Amino acid sequence: MLWNAFLLALRELRRNKMRSFLTMLGIIIGVAAVITLVTLGGGATQQVTQQIAGLGSNMLMINPGKQMGPGQSSGAAPFKLADVEALERDIPSLVAVAPTAGGSMTAIYANENWSTKVTGTAKSYFTINNRKIRSGRIFTSGEVRSGTAVCVIGETVRVKLFGSLDPVGTRIRLNKLSCEVIGLLEPKGQSSMGTDQDDLVVIPLRTYQRRVAGNSDVSMIQVSVRDGVSTEKVEKEITQLLRVRRHLSSNQDDNFDVMDMKEIATMLTGTTKLLTSLLGAVAAVSLLVGGIGIMNIMLVSVTERTREIGTRLAIGALEWEVLLQFLVEAVVLSSFGGIIGILLALGSSVLLAKVLMVPFIFNASIIAVSFLFSAAVGVVFGFFPARKAARLDPIEALHHE
Amino acid sequence: MNVTATDKETAGAPLIELKGVTKVYGVGSAAMSALRGVDLRIAAGEFVAVMGPSGSGKSTSMNILGCLDKPTDGTYAFMGVDVGKLTRDQRALLRRNYLGFVFQGFNLLNRTSALENVELPLIYRGDSRSVRRTRASQALAQVGLTGWEHHTPGELSGGQQQRVAIARAMVTSPVVLLADEPTGNLDSERSREIMDLLTTINRDEGVTVIMVTHEPDMAAYAKRIIRFRDGLIDNDRVHTGGV
Repeated sequence: MLWNAFLLALRELRRNKMRSFLTMLGIIIGVAAVITLVTLGGGATQQVTQQIAGLGSNMLMINPGKQMGPGQSSGAAPFKLADVEALERDIPSLVAVAPTAGGSMTAIYANENWSTKVTGTAKSYFTINNRKIRSGRIFTSGEVRSGTAVCVIGETVRVKLFGSLDPVGTRIRLNKLSCEVIGLLEPKGQSSMGTDQDDLVVIPLRTYQRRVAGNSDVSMIQVSVRDGVSTEKVEKEITQLLRVRRHLSSNQDDNFDVMDMKEIATMLTGTTKLLTSLLGAVAAVSLLVGGIGIMNIMLVSVTERTREIGTRLAIGALEWEVLLQFLVEAVVLSSFGGIIGILLALGSSVLLAKVLMVPFIFNASIIAVSFLFSAAVGVVFGFFPARKAARLDPIEALHHE
Repeated sequence: MNVTATDKETAGAPLIELKGVTKVYGVGSAAMSALRGVDLRIAAGEFVAVMGPSGSGKSTSMNILGCLDKPTDGTYAFMGVDVGKLTRDQRALLRRNYLGFVFQGFNLLNRTSALENVELPLIYRGDSRSVRRTRASQALAQVGLTGWEHHTPGELSGGQQQRVAIARAMVTSPVVLLADEPTGNLDSERSREIMDLLTTINRDEGVTVIMVTHEPDMAAYAKRIIRFRDGLIDNDRVHTGGV
């Protein structure tokens, strides 16, 4: 009986191809939107997680001033090199400490120029940030101490200034500073915040302080915590030490901020996941609207086919048989829409993943859920019209029109 | 759920028996009596024409005879079963197994082949696909439509459509064939063909035929003519003359 009802439904839907397609369209769009958004969201979340893992999850960033958000802080006295030395000396749980100071500058080579981020720092910067050298070398301790004009550049800077030339050994100009390119960094791609991690020039801190900034400020300190040591505990130690060094009395707030990359990671993945579910929910609403479209068309269909229903009832169709026929029709309509939507979603997520540079992760469960949901939409929104058909009075139905 | 009327059929009892059947539509002051105490007996194998002006109660009585409607009062015994006491679905099963319907407007499914139309009642009976095919082809052959199985109603003439409808009614081998103005939409030539077919069915298959008609020419094919007037049987006579 069910198989028969299915065949009858298929025949009925084939009769009105255009209408069937338009009715399905709501479900198609709904399912496609839900799957695409959730798939892309999943990809983005995974990307963020991986990138943060690449950043080194044991990293803490210490900024002067109170942190307002990633990369923003309210003004307060910068650190000095003595603070960095104190951290290295007094907190044994730190594997590496890298003072940094930097700013945006124009790098010039021959007739090419490119505005980039210049960071003055120590050798430990490369370990903490997980940066590897592709060609050439990083600076020596001697160069850091003496403030030699040498620099290591990122892939983006190389492409913009040198094109296909080998940059190592050449000299570039950063504002008024002329420095020798001694190394090229392994590319790292886009960060989870959307910034290009290869658009940078790294020079020794002293070189930056003396010859670019003209002061002895350290604007941020990056530290790496020993494996197995709780970052919370180290965070407290650093805070205590810096409060003493910055002469804060106990009733004063911190005028610096210790930021745990793990916290940022959790926050970012949390945000991405929240966004994904929000967008998914919005798309799910369109599935619901699609369901209402099905109900609408099924009601029209019941009215149009009143005489047919009357004939079926007269011939001896039972109430549930008529109900089943229309219910199956609605479910076939909605689940076919679901299947088309799934195919569409797979195509569009692969395509969009490429465009948005997010990994495509095949998510079987969301596909299964969407399909079941679309079938359920057919049952729910097909039920009312089907019951209306089943409860028609055969005499009135026979004489309809 | 199964209604097995044959069990209760006793020898000599009429196939159809109406006793004091009334039908009232609406309630209170809006109430309208369509039937006002109809007594009627029809034996197996009869060919009955039901006539009468509109509003006389002939349609209402046909609906009751066809188990599509229940009497307000009085009893309707079909093969010994009190139809008035049956549920909607039980009456549907009665129609499915013992009754065949032919309508004025043919009521075939559009864009569906003649064969599939005739198969429809068998689908509800749960017959297998091969049984359906065979029986539907046979029924179409019986009404002279061999070769037209795969034509849709739109490709058939009115007379052919009505014959498909008769095949659909006959495919279940019903006890009673109820025809509601079967020739109402046909010209006189086609009407005669349909009437001949009904006569053959009645004579050769022993199927009881009850037919509503406006036209005396068509009623003349029946052996018995019942005239309704104002919700009562006005005249009930056995017709002896030929065509």
